[in-house]
Amino acid sequence: MKALYFAWLRERVGKSEEEIQPPASVSTVADLIVWLSARDETYAHAFEKRNVIRAAIDHAHVRHDAKIFGAKEIAFFPPMTGG
Amino acid sequence: MAGGAPKPSICVQREDFDAAAETEALCRGRADIGALASFVGLCRDEGGTLAALEIEHYGAMAEKEIERVATEALARWPLLALRIVHRYGLIEAGGRIVLVAAAAAHRGEAFAAAGFLMDYLKAQAPFWKRAHLADGSLGAWVEPKLADDEAAARWSAANT
Repeated sequence: MKALYFAWLRERVGKSEEEIQPPASVSTVADLIVWLSARDETYAHAFEKRNVIRAAIDHAHVRHDAKIFGAKEIAFFPPMTGG
Repeated sequence: MAGGAPKPSICVQREDFDAAAETEALCRGRADIGALASFVGLCRDEGGTLAALEIEHYGAMAEKEIERVATEALARWPLLALRIVHRYGLIEAGGRIVLVAAAAAHRGEAFAAAGFLMDYLKAQAPFWKRAHLADGSLGAWVEPKLADDEAAARWSAANT
């Protein structure tokens, strides 16, 4: 699946998107955040404020307990400041 | 307009918009509209300290999410026409950022729908603002205000 990062999360990760292949044991958004954070210090730092990070699966907002099975695109971002 | 809710007209664009022309186009040739509430969000200079806002957006999601919120507004209020324009990219102080124009038979639903839409766009539409300061330096990412979340939350009570 494709992972996308926006705003300060993008800056901390150091890229705006990448292909990821999490193992089958990673079943929810929360699991995916833990899995990404375990990659290295860059990801750990980017995702350290877990409770403020929002996610969207295939362009729809989801909660951290949402299942990621079948997702084509998962985006992570800070709280939005539109309008 | 008979036959159900109108289709909202939504545009996510880099270019500036002409608010007067947008609202004129929304009501042109219509005699059923009795109320038009239009809101324009502008880039404030924060007492001269801010030069511009850089607005990052999630292109593949932004229009879809605005459409979802617009559909909810149309389900809550009997609107006759709805236009939403949200810009991205670099917007200088004084520049226009967002337009919401809601037309209805009466002012109550037009005002309410425009207020609801702005509160939800702030909390749900995938845009992120970053300040460019007047001294030429890059400022911080704009933090959401708690008041914005509260403003959006008030609509989820039985408050239509």
